Amino acid sequence: MTNPKGRFGIHGGQYIPETLMNAVIELEQAYDRYKADPDFNRELTALFNNYAGRPSRLYFAEKLTRELGGAKIYLKREDLNHTGAHKINNVLGQALLAKKMGKTRLIAETGAGQHGVATATAAALMDMECVVFMGEEDTRRQALNVYKMKLLGADVVPVRTGTATLKDAVSEAMREWTTRIADTHYCLGSVMGPHPFPTIVRDFQAVISKEIKEQMLEAEGRLPDVVMACVGGGSNAIGSFYHFIEDSSVRLIGCEAAGRGIDTFETAATISTGRLGIFHGMKSYFCQDENGQIAPVYSISAGLDYPGVGPEHAHLYDIGRAEYVAITDEQAVNAFEYLSRTEGIIPAIESSHAIAYAMELAPTMDKDKTIVVTVSGRGDKDCAAIARYRGEDIYE
Amino acid sequence: MSNIQKAFRSGKAFIPFITCGDPDLATTEAVVKEAVKNGADLIELGIPFSDPTAEGPVIQGANIRALSGGITTNQIFDFVRKLRQEVTIPLVFMTYANVVFSYGAEKFISTCAEVGIDGLILPDIPFEEKEEFLPFCHQYGVDLISLIAPTSSNRIGMITKEAEGFIYLVSSLGVTGVRNEINTDLQSIVSIIREHTDIPVAIGFGISKPEQAKAMSAFADGVIVGSAIIRLLEQHGTSAAKPVGEYVKSMKDAVSN
Repeated sequence: MTNPKGRFGIHGGQYIPETLMNAVIELEQAYDRYKADPDFNRELTALFNNYAGRPSRLYFAEKLTRELGGAKIYLKREDLNHTGAHKINNVLGQALLAKKMGKTRLIAETGAGQHGVATATAAALMDMECVVFMGEEDTRRQALNVYKMKLLGADVVPVRTGTATLKDAVSEAMREWTTRIADTHYCLGSVMGPHPFPTIVRDFQAVISKEIKEQMLEAEGRLPDVVMACVGGGSNAIGSFYHFIEDSSVRLIGCEAAGRGIDTFETAATISTGRLGIFHGMKSYFCQDENGQIAPVYSISAGLDYPGVGPEHAHLYDIGRAEYVAITDEQAVNAFEYLSRTEGIIPAIESSHAIAYAMELAPTMDKDKTIVVTVSGRGDKDCAAIARYRGEDIYE
Repeated sequence: MSNIQKAFRSGKAFIPFITCGDPDLATTEAVVKEAVKNGADLIELGIPFSDPTAEGPVIQGANIRALSGGITTNQIFDFVRKLRQEVTIPLVFMTYANVVFSYGAEKFISTCAEVGIDGLILPDIPFEEKEEFLPFCHQYGVDLISLIAPTSSNRIGMITKEAEGFIYLVSSLGVTGVRNEINTDLQSIVSIIREHTDIPVAIGFGISKPEQAKAMSAFADGVIVGSAIIRLLEQHGTSAAKPVGEYVKSMKDAVSN
């Protein structure tokens, strides 16, 4: 769906400093070459299967289905991947690509820390240097992941500018990339930023929907009626949607973080509250004020706490192919607890936003319908924060 | 010929960068007038942005100070309108794409022309994306300034062919900020640019000292200084006009000799 200039409808593009233009052109050329290269694909598949543990399970949540009393709910278990989230899919792809390009150093931004941990993991595996930029506020919210990254040999740089969250970590990683390009690949963690990142990251995450399709055909003999996933930048969602975009019978639903509510300023629901803008290398929807200043967004989930959304989601929204709903902190926390109790699966607080909407939608659908919810990551990292949200003073 | 090129007519140009509203517009006005009095040939006025990804910590600080004072794009247009009653040297805006896009590209650029802004520098708009704004720049007679970086290499011909006003040559990799040493072979980049165009070339990023400015002006048409001036604002706040004036004089002397 990408046109040659990296556009998804009116969204996307390459709004970056001249200093980085040859770097993204070099990346685009390398990607075009390797994505068609059988050896590259063999290596990547081997890493996916033997290292990351793919294919991930599609689990029929029978008890959840029964309790909700409507559509059959399947969970796509990206939380069972090595490092505990879907992030590893993209990182293994980009790290392998960077290695082929002769790069020896990976830099990355991280919000919840899952992408940082995945990047540090791939760097350790492939013998590359690694520096991860993380908002200082997030280093506190996700202290365990900071420890993991360091354990894996990465440097973690706390970012103190702006709101000291994911947005600022992206800005700082972009600044670092302009400083050191020759040996460094910027391993962007979501389907955002300048072309070709939204396409590259989508392609590496598209394995999720490729597997869902095969697994659903095997389990049910037909396509699912609904596929849903949480959306920050939107990488697990686009990965879950991609192979269904042409299947118009499949409803695609992205679940954004409403924070304390879309009628408050403490929200990160970009499609519900944002408007068209240009930021972080792309044209898309952004939470911003009337002067075009980017808004300080909020969500309980560090991984969804971002003021923009990937350009392909913006386009799928424009053309009406995907729907986007906003889920509050409270709904997400309820879902986090509910799935833990019902199925014995502790989902990431990010993924809990998708679970929350499934809990609303399933009872309104017939019992012969099916919903696939992508559980993008595991919730161990969130336990202390959720306990605190509920007033229990637990620290990691 | 564009109005901007007047800045380069009488010898090498010195171009200070000042963030509007840092810490308030009255200070910006005083600083601009003092800079003009002390020999500034063109002034780059920054419209603050919440997330200036091409800036180092010093200019990021100026953006934060200005925005925390509640400044808006309309206030800055009014400020320039008033400034133009006295200041006649070329003025350009430096800001980020979203500030212009959010205001409405045509409305922003036509207002630039109306208040007397001669050019626009948008560090997050490379050659490939300039169609977003260029047609309006041509329609209203505002030059869209092209940037060339040490990594531009094979892109220089394409960029210079369509460049207008002046070329902003970025001295080093990375973001804005004071640097002790600049290692890029800028002289050879300038000579490549010269093969393609006659429009003036001004060098910016990292320059703070008169010796550096003098060395650059040996082969470039002008020198742009941001962070070193913003540091004076950071230090002196509302009484920065005098020290900035003195600094501008020392830099102008360095590029002229």
